[in-house]
Amino acid sequence: MASLNLTQLRRHFGTVKAVDNIDLAVNDGQFVALLGPSGCGKTTTLRMIAGLELPDSGEIKIGEKPVTHLPPRDRNIAMVFQDYALYPHMTVAENVGYPLKVRNVQAVDIRARVNNVAEQLQINHLLERRPSQLSGGQQQRVALARAVIHKAQITLYDEPLSNLDSKLRLEARAFLKHLQREVGVTSVYVTHDQAEAMALADLIVVMNDGKIMQVGSPKDIYQTPANMFVAGFIGSPPMNLMACTVDAATRTLRFGDNLALQWQHDLPQGAHGQVTFGIRPEYVSIRPAGEPGTLDAKLYVMQMLGSESLIMLHVGNQLVSARLIADDLPELPERVGIALDQKRGFFYGTDGNRLI
Amino acid sequence: MKSGWLARVLSNILGVALALFFLVPMLWFVFAPFNEHATLSVRIPENFTLNNFQVVFSNETAVRSLLQNSVIISGGVMVLTALIATLAAYGFSRGSLPGREIITYILILFSSVVTGTASLVPIFVLIYNLGMFNTYQGVILATVGGMLPTSIFIMRDFIDGLPRSYEEAAMVSGASPLQIFRDIVFPTLRPGVLVVAVMAFVSGWGAFLTPLILIRNASMRPASIAFYQFYSDEGSPNIPLVSTYAVLYTLPALLLYLFINARYGFRFFGGIKQ
Amino acid sequence: MQQRTVLSRPISLAFISPAFILIALFLIYPFFSIFSMSFTNQALTGAAAKNPQYVGLDNYAELLDFDTWMTRGEFGSSILITAQFVLGSALIGQAGLGMSIALLFYRRNDLLRHLVYTLAIIAWITPDVVIGFAWFAFLDPNTGTLNNILGLFGLPAQDWLLKFPMLSIIAFNTWRGTAFSMLLFTSALSAISPSYLETSQVIGASRWQQFRDILLPMLHTTIATDLILITLWTFNTFTPYLLTGGGPGYQTELVSIYTYRIGLQNFEFGRGSAVAVAVMLINLVLASVYLIVSRARKTK
Ligand SMILES: Nc1ncnc2c1ncn2[C@@H]1O[C@H](COP(=O)(O)OP(=O)(O)OP(=O)(O)O)[C@@H](O)[C@H]1O
Ligand SMILES: [Mg+2]
Repeated sequence: MASLNLTQLRRHFGTVKAVDNIDLAVNDGQFVALLGPSGCGKTTTLRMIAGLELPDSGEIKIGEKPVTHLPPRDRNIAMVFQDYALYPHMTVAENVGYPLKVRNVQAVDIRARVNNVAEQLQINHLLERRPSQLSGGQQQRVALARAVIHKAQITLYDEPLSNLDSKLRLEARAFLKHLQREVGVTSVYVTHDQAEAMALADLIVVMNDGKIMQVGSPKDIYQTPANMFVAGFIGSPPMNLMACTVDAATRTLRFGDNLALQWQHDLPQGAHGQVTFGIRPEYVSIRPAGEPGTLDAKLYVMQMLGSESLIMLHVGNQLVSARLIADDLPELPERVGIALDQKRGFFYGTDGNRLI
Repeated sequence: MKSGWLARVLSNILGVALALFFLVPMLWFVFAPFNEHATLSVRIPENFTLNNFQVVFSNETAVRSLLQNSVIISGGVMVLTALIATLAAYGFSRGSLPGREIITYILILFSSVVTGTASLVPIFVLIYNLGMFNTYQGVILATVGGMLPTSIFIMRDFIDGLPRSYEEAAMVSGASPLQIFRDIVFPTLRPGVLVVAVMAFVSGWGAFLTPLILIRNASMRPASIAFYQFYSDEGSPNIPLVSTYAVLYTLPALLLYLFINARYGFRFFGGIKQ
Repeated sequence: MQQRTVLSRPISLAFISPAFILIALFLIYPFFSIFSMSFTNQALTGAAAKNPQYVGLDNYAELLDFDTWMTRGEFGSSILITAQFVLGSALIGQAGLGMSIALLFYRRNDLLRHLVYTLAIIAWITPDVVIGFAWFAFLDPNTGTLNNILGLFGLPAQDWLLKFPMLSIIAFNTWRGTAFSMLLFTSALSAISPSYLETSQVIGASRWQQFRDILLPMLHTTIATDLILITLWTFNTFTPYLLTGGGPGYQTELVSIYTYRIGLQNFEFGRGSAVAVAVMLINLVLASVYLIVSRARKTK
């Protein structure tokens, strides 16, 4: 196990800036999720860490050792591929034991370690089968077994759960979390599923267009998104982002004609004039129309999401969502007022960064 | 589909006609070996006999040519071609060498022109100077050399269709390029390797001119040449014996193909679909 | 820009080197040897055997002597014969028949298919010498199978190899080599997702339209590959010699047989080599034309 450091790492494909000068420090034993929309450079980053892709510039260090140009086999890593890449001509046991075989471990020892890992992963009854005779979930566990069988310094995962149905995915997620607790191996986990990232990671790295947008704990990322991209990407539905004009002197927020709100707290530095106001739907509540301290809103649609409801409303010409914990859709008139939990609101400047 | 049955009947008639087209010229071999007085016509033997086989099997040179010399030569050609062509195709496919496509076409060009009769003299001179005249190795290597371009060409398509993630998984697992080739690439390419192997075997098995000029020693010559055992001194063939030997000579290549086809399937690229 | 490939350049060269050595020894060296011999009057017998002389382009001039080169048994004539042979037996015969069989049995997996495929492949893998006998017996003027069959329909017997030598070797080579194209097209067809055809069926395309608009464009690389390979092979095949020996009267003297006669029967190695080099150039032009045409269509 070891720490991982990326310094000014860059990889361009022609004019596509797949990875654009990123810096990242991962501590020994940490589980890091790379999260971002499709095409943002997650896989490319992971493949550079693995040594499957060479960076144009920058440095990669595993532990104290620079490995930027070393071939994969000299990095002592393990990786779980999105399609698992289980060798079709080998049995499950041979697949799992392969990393040991190439390290010239004795056959009896390989057998013992394979059995051991297989037991932990509950695949010991599958050892003599071929990958084509396994279900998706089983294949995924075999791929995991192959990754954990040798004591790699770093384990890399490229969307390993994306081929599973939602039930299996939850199981696998729990299993990975458990494994991480037990073994505590440094892991980098690529996903575009934020729930997965939240559930698994100690540290989340949000990427966009080849750049890192924010690094933080799941709580940080969710509760204090550092910029509008993260605010608009994390959460389902994501944070409400409303265009707003602030008069710092009177602490008045204006969301349109006749849509003013008195701010009760200190405004952050620079929150003046045109800004974007952000607030999560769970901190938007619905009141009777005209109640003081609320904004006038017009009902747009209501969605029932199981234990909660999502209400979308027009505030002026902006769409705002509110989330209510309720077993059933509430009866609401066409016109209502909305109240914002001011302690939970954020201001984003014109550059998109959060004003503090 | 409308007119479905008519189309079906027509296509079946066409299929039967095709089967006959390929079958009829070979029909002679079904009967002639069992007829002591076989001529060039297809005739069901009146007195079915295995006598021809007895005579052929009692000809020591012919038997040795078939069961020893031809087997060694084509076996060698098969193994070397399959291995060397797969290695090279892998190197071409994964090594990002410039102009690899043009190179393969040019080599195929060489192989089809140069393996013809014109190069027999230089190849003879070369083998002689390498000290491999009158050896199996000489014939094997010369035949492999001619087979390689096409074999590489066929293998390359199989390799280009092989998902890279297998190799990448092996790289990350710590395997060296040679280990990746031996443990992952070669076995997963089995359909392609087998196609190339069968083609190489068949080519070695049928080779006539190359062994004719490179092996002088009659006891080392392959079956393709040993046919002359069944020619009269004036050079006319003993038809019953020649047809019998021809059948015996064809059988191994045929059985190899049938076995491979039944066991693994014999097909060109496009076969690697999981 | 750096790209990690599975094999670094030195290692990929190491993988290629065994093939390279054998190809260099048994293809490239012989070619250059032929090439240099083609400028000499090297022969097995006579004065030139001991001391071959450099004769410059004489051998080539002789081949291309436009007064005589189209007479039977000369270079130009043999090229013309070869061209007919390639057109008839490779392009129309093998490629056409191979494609037809692949289409006829497209997505069929019945007994008839297995029968046709197996028989075609047997015709392909049976050794030359045996095939020679088989066709000799098949075409025999008196008791050959072909004449017997025609007799059943009341048609007169023919001496095929004497009367229709060209047609005979074209039929022979088609029969012999169709399996390769058939297999190639079959694999290419099987790689095309059936949904393409289903989509077009829904629109109401006829079979011919489906072939022309869907399959043909997708097979287009395979067709180019197939044509290059079988053209080169057919151009240089020697097997028809077993049937006709190039005759009667040089009527079936393909350029490969011509080379053989000059080089290995008359033992005029110098001239034989010049023929081989000329053939090489013609083949190079042919292959380039195919490649250029197929590239141009691909980028279009
Ligand atoms: N080999 C390549 N050649 C050219 N462009 C590439 C290559 N690999 C990736 N790219 C481009 O680089 C960008 C980042 O790709 P990458 O695969 O890292 O994205 P990703 O974040 O993993 O996306 P996804 O979630 O869809 O897997 C994309 O725009 C992609 O098109
Ligand atoms: Mg990806």
